[in-house]
Amino acid sequence: MEEILEERHTLAVLVDNEAGVLARVIGLFSGRGYNIESLTVAAVDQAAHMSRITVVTNGTPMVIQQIRAQLERLVPVHKVVDLTLQAPSVEREMALIKVACSGEKRVEALRLSDAFRARVIDTTHTSFVFEVTGAPSKLNAFISLMRPLGLVDVSRTGVVAIARGPEAM
Amino acid sequence: MSGREMTGAAIVLKALKDQGVDTIFGYPGGAVLPIYDEIFKQEGIRHILVRHEQGAVHAAEGYARSTGKPGVVLVTSGPGATNAVTGLLDALMDSIPLVCLTGQVPTSLIGNDAFQEADTVGITRPCTKHNWLVQSADNLARTIHEAFYVATNGRPGPVVVDIPKDVQFATGTYVGPGQAGHKTYKPQVKAPTDVIAEAVAMMGAAKKPIFYTGGGVINAGPKASQLLRQFVEMTNYPVTSTLMGLGAYPASGDNWLGMLGMHGTYEANNTMHDADLIICVGARFDDRVTGRVDAFAPDAKKIHIDIDASSINKNIFVDLPVIGDCAHVLEDMIRVWRSKSVQTDKPALETWWRQINTWRARKCLDYKKSEKTIKPQYAIERLYELTKDRDTYITTEVGQHQMWAAQHFHFEEPNHWMTSGGLGTMGYGLPAAVGVQLAHPDALVIDIAGEASIQMMTQEMSTAIQFRLPVNVFILNNEYMGMVRQWQDLLHGGRYSQSYSEALPDFVKLAEAYGAKGIRVSDPADLDEAILEMINSPVPVIFDCLVDKKENCYPMIPSGAAHNEMILGDDQDGAEITEEGKMLV
Repeated sequence: MEEILEERHTLAVLVDNEAGVLARVIGLFSGRGYNIESLTVAAVDQAAHMSRITVVTNGTPMVIQQIRAQLERLVPVHKVVDLTLQAPSVEREMALIKVACSGEKRVEALRLSDAFRARVIDTTHTSFVFEVTGAPSKLNAFISLMRPLGLVDVSRTGVVAIARGPEAM
Repeated sequence: MSGREMTGAAIVLKALKDQGVDTIFGYPGGAVLPIYDEIFKQEGIRHILVRHEQGAVHAAEGYARSTGKPGVVLVTSGPGATNAVTGLLDALMDSIPLVCLTGQVPTSLIGNDAFQEADTVGITRPCTKHNWLVQSADNLARTIHEAFYVATNGRPGPVVVDIPKDVQFATGTYVGPGQAGHKTYKPQVKAPTDVIAEAVAMMGAAKKPIFYTGGGVINAGPKASQLLRQFVEMTNYPVTSTLMGLGAYPASGDNWLGMLGMHGTYEANNTMHDADLIICVGARFDDRVTGRVDAFAPDAKKIHIDIDASSINKNIFVDLPVIGDCAHVLEDMIRVWRSKSVQTDKPALETWWRQINTWRARKCLDYKKSEKTIKPQYAIERLYELTKDRDTYITTEVGQHQMWAAQHFHFEEPNHWMTSGGLGTMGYGLPAAVGVQLAHPDALVIDIAGEASIQMMTQEMSTAIQFRLPVNVFILNNEYMGMVRQWQDLLHGGRYSQSYSEALPDFVKLAEAYGAKGIRVSDPADLDEAILEMINSPVPVIFDCLVDKKENCYPMIPSGAAHNEMILGDDQDGAEITEEGKMLV
């Protein structure tokens, strides 16, 4: 049988900002064996008590369709949009990256951070904390460049995404 | 809407009354005492005291499935809630509308490992359609009304409302049910007209069609069953059903092929396999139905009518999804069929029926008759013959007896057959029978059981006695967990590991101990008279029917095999079971 390839999809999910809603979404993924590559959540409309969840997942087209249908039938879910299918959209992720080094390596780290438009948000005589924003692949590239220079800690937000153009989701 | 001030416990009872509830199944405990106090003070809602919380949920399921109304359950915190979990998942898998109210420790103690505390919303989250923890008496009425809305709209299912004890004591404002509708949960009941038109066109063009119907038809109400019957008559297409859908189309109907799937009929499965169009109405292509997925109906286009979009393309890829309520969709399809004067391909259908009738001629449900021992199939046949002229409701436990009941008891009407299909819960049948009998006091209610399953919920006989419910437990006693043994025969070299029912109770004495009637039969010649004695008994009966110990349930699609690779009997070798198939038991 022909193998059906897995695809990476970014889903935006608008939910009621109520207790347990994140557990419902995460429980759905773990309970049904779906992958979560990244998941972010925050309130986006305090007055309407709404939060937005961005999930990056991968699976065959049939599984992606299932994930969407399963999310849509959760009671506190207002809307689910597959931003990968409903292209074009933009994706961003932010990372805080700590690098401990001195001498030549310190200069090199600073030079590379400049090329990646990373900002230095903390520094000591022996370390930097960089803030870098971009597509996940850009963050990956920066992190791998920092590894030989003394990478000690990484904190990433996970992907947030939004459709291009004037329309709301 | 201006509301009235009352305690949380009073709000619960008022909300239930305003939702039209007449019966609750429950068991008291510390965290629900204020609600029980309100029950004591009122009339109008009957409380049925069960003997185990799982029994309460199954009884509510029986009540719901036989009436179409939501079942209501009330249990305490901690073990009360955890005992209810199996029943909740059972209702979720079979799409049964239930509202389960659970007591909870006071809000100030939540998270402190208090006495009889459990994270009920956490535990029941994957076992319910939705659940709520109510943190204020002011939110209580609205939440209960919302709970009824969610349980009964869209694909029905169980919901839990967890109510801390301080919320039950606190004073809050009562609000009535108000307008139907929901902020976010708005299931689509009508399908778009272009989709209906396409479905009708596909149906008109079919040469080898079949209706494959399921529990969704029953859940969509009696009208859906009527529409299905009408559509089958208009088209003259054959019809089969899942375990859950039995009764939607009458077993006496000319176009009926019997149940499909693992223990379905030879004609139903072969018709599915060779079809060029499958019209799935309210079924979900479950693994018991499809057999080997990549060999399932290879030449068929598939139309899938389902109210739950997540059922579409889950197991089997379909050509045309029709998302909507079965009754609405069937009604629209029939209207379009008529307005366009669609004609079926009569010569092709004639050829198709000729082929189907050769499969029917195999008489796959036949078995070797015996004058010495009662064959289990014979017992069900006689039970059917002697009860068919009455208003009879059948519940079952889980196992061989369940499949024999599905094969040999013939259902003419919807809502008369309650069985645990999706979850396969042993112990379901007796409490479900209690729920059915409460809803239909004058009906004949029979739990077709096995000697192993019945022991999982026997205690509910005490409930039947207390509420004077003349339910009948008809045990096909073969002294084995028969379905386990059948699989051990098939896959594990006949090594009957732990499947013998050792140390069985004397079921006649057990019945008598409860104050019920016990009947035991082992001779086929005595069977009819004994069944009549059971039917005519004014008190509950446990009927110990000693059947052939060796009989296995056929026909059968071994797991991992295709629909056209059925085993018809003990003496026939079927398809080799693959390693993958062994996993699918």
